Amino acid sequence: MSEMPAAARPVRRRVITEEINDEAPRAWAYVCEAASCMSGQAHDITLRLAGRAAEAGLTDVMIKRVGCLGLCAAGPLVEIAETGQLFGHVKPDDVEGIVTALQKVTPTDTRQPQGPFFEKQLRVATENMGRIDPENLDDYIERGGYEALKRVLSEMTSTAVRDEITRSGLRGRGGAGFPTGLKWTTVAKAQGTQKYVICNADEGDPGAFMDRSVLESDPFRILEGMAIAAFAVHATEGYIYCRAEYPLAVARLRTAIRLAQRAGYLGAGIADTSFNFDVQVRLGAGAFVCGEETALIASVEGRRGTPRPRPPYPAVQGLWDCPTLINNVETIASVPTILRNGPEWYAGIGLGKSKGTKVFALAGRIVNTGLVEVPMGMTLREIVYDIGGGIVDGRPFKAVQTGGPSGGCIPAEFLDIPVSYESLIELGSFMGSGGLIVMDDTSCMVDVAKYFQDFCRDESCGKCVPCRVGTTQLYMLLDLITRGEATMDDLAQLERLAVIIQKTALCGLGQGAPNPIFSTLRYFRDEYLAHIVDRVCPAGVCTITPAEVMA
Amino acid sequence: MSTVFTFRIDGKDVAGSEGQTVMEVAEENGIDIPALCHLEGIHDRGACRLCMVEIAGSPKLAAACMTRITEGMDVTAHSELLLEYRRTVTEMMFVERNHVCAVCVANNHCELQDTAEELGLTHFDLPRISPKVDIDASHRLFAIDHNRCILCLRCVRVCDEIEGAHTWDIMYRGLETRVQTDMGIPWGESTTCTSCGKCVQVCPTGALFEKGRAVARGSKTRRPFLPWMKVVAEERGL
Amino acid sequence: MSKPRVATVWLDGCSGCHMSLIDMDERILDIFERADLVYSPLVDYKDYPEDVDVCLVEGAVSSEEDLHKIKMVRERTKTLVSFGDCAVTSNVPGMRNPIGVAPLLDRAYRENVTLNPQMPSEIVPKLLPTSTPVHRVVKVDVFLPGCPPSADLIYTMLDDLLAGRVPDVAGSRFGR
Repeated sequence: MSEMPAAARPVRRRVITEEINDEAPRAWAYVCEAASCMSGQAHDITLRLAGRAAEAGLTDVMIKRVGCLGLCAAGPLVEIAETGQLFGHVKPDDVEGIVTALQKVTPTDTRQPQGPFFEKQLRVATENMGRIDPENLDDYIERGGYEALKRVLSEMTSTAVRDEITRSGLRGRGGAGFPTGLKWTTVAKAQGTQKYVICNADEGDPGAFMDRSVLESDPFRILEGMAIAAFAVHATEGYIYCRAEYPLAVARLRTAIRLAQRAGYLGAGIADTSFNFDVQVRLGAGAFVCGEETALIASVEGRRGTPRPRPPYPAVQGLWDCPTLINNVETIASVPTILRNGPEWYAGIGLGKSKGTKVFALAGRIVNTGLVEVPMGMTLREIVYDIGGGIVDGRPFKAVQTGGPSGGCIPAEFLDIPVSYESLIELGSFMGSGGLIVMDDTSCMVDVAKYFQDFCRDESCGKCVPCRVGTTQLYMLLDLITRGEATMDDLAQLERLAVIIQKTALCGLGQGAPNPIFSTLRYFRDEYLAHIVDRVCPAGVCTITPAEVMA
Repeated sequence: MSTVFTFRIDGKDVAGSEGQTVMEVAEENGIDIPALCHLEGIHDRGACRLCMVEIAGSPKLAAACMTRITEGMDVTAHSELLLEYRRTVTEMMFVERNHVCAVCVANNHCELQDTAEELGLTHFDLPRISPKVDIDASHRLFAIDHNRCILCLRCVRVCDEIEGAHTWDIMYRGLETRVQTDMGIPWGESTTCTSCGKCVQVCPTGALFEKGRAVARGSKTRRPFLPWMKVVAEERGL
Repeated sequence: MSKPRVATVWLDGCSGCHMSLIDMDERILDIFERADLVYSPLVDYKDYPEDVDVCLVEGAVSSEEDLHKIKMVRERTKTLVSFGDCAVTSNVPGMRNPIGVAPLLDRAYRENVTLNPQMPSEIVPKLLPTSTPVHRVVKVDVFLPGCPPSADLIYTMLDDLLAGRVPDVAGSRFGR
């Protein structure tokens, strides 16, 4: 295997001086260059920081671009690796403080606690996030990258790999929680000479950005995970279906694919074995429904992205009618770590049938908006208050929305429920891909349900009648309620229609579309009644015209 | 040789060959399952959701036209619940666009109208959406009134699978979804359309019709060619 | 005991349903043997009376007058029948809904008029924003679709209603 010596390539943005310095650097500054911080001129910060450090004569300091540091609310972020000191809301013009801090770093410094946002997390899928340069293969390898793949290819059979994944208890992180090991085995045993692996990176839930961050921060991990999956299911070709709205993720993925191909981690004869596997990126054109696996397959094939009834499942008849493994970004990102640390280690984390960790995107009225990974079984209270820092302006917590447009709202009384696939379903919500939108008393729950219905209505592909027409009908009813013009008959109609759509729609989008209505009705029926009977919006969000004088 | 399965539909013992759908076997046995996108002779797509049936042991309903039979399966094709669902789905088709039976060329020859009658749908609880929808009468012989289209896509499939022209396809999504000819140009300007009229023949409503027909004077009598065409196509390995 | 009081009302429709009613021919005698016709465009009563037992409503609710009338009818009627497609679905009157009132009136009273084009402002009742089925405005007890419903269906329904049975409208359908 011709792994290029690291020294042969310029790998990091060493502070530019005339002098060449081969010694290990004394201090590192990590600049978050993921999409959120990039929108705050993070790249300028990297350049300015390097420039200022050079002016200050800091030849023993490295400035490194890294992926997401997690605390998006405080972006753009810069971290000093040695001390763990974090600079938030950095502007390109005020890098002076960071330079001063870099000057003070001594070899004896240790990382200081960074507070509960970081301390309470457990990083598996995101272990390299904010640690490595996403466009640097050596950086990835330095942190244990490709160890798992090499071991798989040199020491294990595909059955053994599948067995380890099964024993780890990993379940699909795209939302439904299907056991990953079982899915792999189904594909491996399906009839067919040609098989495919697809990584579903068509993240479309409102408020969700887990997959984007993983792709932007650690793209090699996806390629490694996919290669392992391909080996386990006997596939030779892979596709990453990523939405075009993630240009940075796509660019980094493409760079990573090129680097991995050059280094022999993709293509023919991976890691000096006879195993062949290559990956292509396919762009989605922004249709939410293309996250549904059969629609995604149609889209990869170049057809209109609409779902079809299952069975046959893609594991048996998928891409170009061949057995196809479709896993979500986060599922695939967990694979290398699981194989490196062993399935027992992973199965030891979590709660009940929900093993391991889950990445959540915290959004809404929460202080620490950002990306976190926590062990399954952590309570919502810990996630919202300890990690999330509580509600903005100290307002009272009202509900948390999980699971995107197919999910539901969980009220304050269930804050102490441990989060798992099962517990969320019991509460009428859904794990989903991991978007977690926090709402305070300024949110009207009918309005929230209306928002999600509007989303589903807009994103319906138009194939089946219940979704195409039904979601619009639900939206019209909710609109009537928020305008204070609905009657109790309309509420009954809303509930009846929601059930029919859930039962008759073709795919998950339509079947899940009524879920926000079900859960808000379950926990916040009084708000619906307030709109209908008293004609007031308790949260003061909806504009209700005063009651007419009845003629 | 294919295997024969025996199973039950609505308590009636029936038999079918492996690979057949519930819909096919039901049709053979005189069990009528309502459907609007299904048409013998073209591929099914399971989109109208009228043929939803209950299968014992499965928590979800299944589209009869897309569900392959298995040994011993117990299918319920008619129940109070299914009737309510079917009624509502039919209602949704009516309120989606501007169906005005009274002035429709297909009045009295319309499968949507028939379905409503069969299901005992006497009125719509749902409000009409009343979108502004176009009519394309640019073709020499035929016209399409999108007001009456229920997006069953029989025209798209017959044009592609039987005629081989693939003049018809779909554009946009959700409520905006429309069937279209040749990448959205007017039908009359289509260079692929062979004017064979198969799309008009398979249209369940009055959306596609022959020009010059008065209200209630459209007819769809030349459909039996379809299953035959399919057999020929399969025999030739097309 | 006095005979059941029957009325018929004509809102925004073509009167075709009333024609179909008359198409019952001699059976109409049978019906009004058993009931009194207390209000109808077919007879010369000026005001809709109180305490009507059965009222057949033809036509959609399209104008302020229709709205006023149907609310009054509902108040004074026990069993209200949505009579024919216009009343049930808004049918042809509803074809204007996607167009909107202003462009519609413009087309009718200005664009296509050569002599003194002007908008009607007096006498003609104001149009509602949309033409709606009767049951979207008031509660309806029986639906009899059809354009028009056949004389047989109307007879069966009236026969049932007068006999105190739940009317059997099987065989009724939209259009014809």
